[in-house]
Amino acid sequence: MTNSDLAGRKVLVHDMCLRDGMHAKKEQITTEQMRAFAQAMENAGVPMIQVTHGAGLGGNSLQHGFALHSNEEYWDAVAPVLYNTVMSVLLIPGLGTMNELRVAYDHGARSVHVATHSTEADTSPQHIACGRELGMDTSGFLMMAHLNTPSGLATEAKKMESYGAQTVYVTDSAGYMLPEDVTQYVTALRNELDDNTEIGFHGHNNLGMGIANSIAAVRAGASRIDCSVAGLGAGAGNTPLEAFVAVCDRMGIETGCDMFALMDMAEDLVFPMMDHIVRIDRSSLTLGYAGVYSTFLLHANRLGEKYGIPPRDILIELGRKKMIGGQEDMIEDTALSMLKERDSAA
Amino acid sequence: MNKIKCALIGSGNIGTDLLYKVLRSDVLEPVWMVGIDADSEGLARARDLGVKTTHEGVDGVLPHLAADGVQIAFDATSAYVHKENSDKMNALGVFMVDLTPAAIGPLCVPPVNLDSLAETMNVNMISCAGQATIPIVYGVSRVQGVDYAEIIASLASKSIGAGTRANLDEFTYTTSNAVCQIGGAKKGKALCIINPAEPAMIMRNTIYCMTEHEPDQEKITESLMDMIEKVQRYVPGYRLVNGPVFEGNKVAVFMEVAGLGDYLPTYAGNLDIMTAAACRTAEMYAEKILRGEMQLVAEAS
Repeated sequence: MTNSDLAGRKVLVHDMCLRDGMHAKKEQITTEQMRAFAQAMENAGVPMIQVTHGAGLGGNSLQHGFALHSNEEYWDAVAPVLYNTVMSVLLIPGLGTMNELRVAYDHGARSVHVATHSTEADTSPQHIACGRELGMDTSGFLMMAHLNTPSGLATEAKKMESYGAQTVYVTDSAGYMLPEDVTQYVTALRNELDDNTEIGFHGHNNLGMGIANSIAAVRAGASRIDCSVAGLGAGAGNTPLEAFVAVCDRMGIETGCDMFALMDMAEDLVFPMMDHIVRIDRSSLTLGYAGVYSTFLLHANRLGEKYGIPPRDILIELGRKKMIGGQEDMIEDTALSMLKERDSAA
Repeated sequence: MNKIKCALIGSGNIGTDLLYKVLRSDVLEPVWMVGIDADSEGLARARDLGVKTTHEGVDGVLPHLAADGVQIAFDATSAYVHKENSDKMNALGVFMVDLTPAAIGPLCVPPVNLDSLAETMNVNMISCAGQATIPIVYGVSRVQGVDYAEIIASLASKSIGAGTRANLDEFTYTTSNAVCQIGGAKKGKALCIINPAEPAMIMRNTIYCMTEHEPDQEKITESLMDMIEKVQRYVPGYRLVNGPVFEGNKVAVFMEVAGLGDYLPTYAGNLDIMTAAACRTAEMYAEKILRGEMQLVAEAS
């Protein structure tokens, strides 16, 4: 094995297939698929898996799509097969509520990502405090981190820490960051936060940087990395878990996961679930290049087809207008405005 | 013409914008502005405009209400403290217009139900998103049944003060409830996004309605245009950007609200639609009081 400077470091990997992967599946994962996946994660020694609608608690909507089942049905399918693996949920204030977090706890969730846009941490104090009161492992999750500066992000992270967050994430929702960016952001957080506060990194592979970025994060002091088996997630997917574990293994970073079991899962369980091959194609590459929220991908593809506008043009326009996560309604609005402009120019 | 004297509680973004609206009213006169921070910009502006101020909260104004003849109060603080504020005001016979999502009184969206509001000592203005979207939901539901309505409000980060940020759950519940109760949808859902883009983005609202049966496109479009025109009478920057888009039973309407720029610049239409609606509602009650049709009675809390 390689004698790496990171040998002996411990990293907690957190799988996103049953949450971020819901985006890639247009929220259509069955409870049977969820249970089989969760069982395999337990067997492979993965410490945490996230299970909710792609947009988290309260996500079922016309804006974000209606899942096949309620979050409660998904949790009830998954929780009984987990013993060592912890089930987590996503909560975005403004969409999900504290009452929904309490319900999630009642159905077995023991960890939560409380997510805000990278500049809006102060919409989360009640929700972070609620997670802590419930006794949940509580993370602050600063989305679209590239739209804030490293020092600005550290200020927001410090706020989340003050609300009670035990971990704060640098969340590269657009898959826009390069390894040197990740180093700067994570270093800024590491310098600002208490030693006891963990730092997480959540990447998207839109520029093919998922693993390199995650390793850069670990090197700069992150101890939690979000991944998904076979990269099942929004855009070109998350950092592929099986590959990340393999790289960690080579570098002597300890994840505690069974690499061969994860490879088999990717091949035999997750890949066959995909409706489209989650990969770097021209649309998902555009997300990473233009810094656009990864979840916009499938919406832009569908609306591009409906209105006869190349999805890439819509995505670039959304990036120019600085639309952020949760503004999926603005994709159709933008397409309609582009159509009007085109017609008036003709 | 006589004016009804008013106290404004809360000197943040909403309270300060409201001050300018009330100053322009023919039937309302702001005489007190209440804050909790001596250095508040809103209080300084109020003083410059000749309005008395206190930074000692509601208790700082209570001893002066009778002497100054205050009959209407506006609360632009937080859902968490509204009930206490309202009880104190009502106990002295002061009518309360609630701009927090506390919603302890009847809900009001002026172009939909101002004329049919019950006798009450507390009326609630729901939320900025409620004021911007419920006229549209009602515009569809008065034509045909709406099984489900969903509204998404995108707000400029700079326009969202501490009170709103601490009340996002209440915002969600109160607005969803009002989408049904006043908008006429069987089920409702409200989502809120805060966007920090520079230059600041104008408030946007998207309204989705799922009709029970195939939508009557012509009638719905006509009804929506009528509702938009009614809102424009008190918020001129209320504008249809795209739609209505009909897709199966789904009706999608994409709105924008530009403000008058009284306090924050015009992007903060969320302030205007709330404060203009609150002002319009207070004026209706003020006119009743002036005509002797409504007696304000001190209520024991």
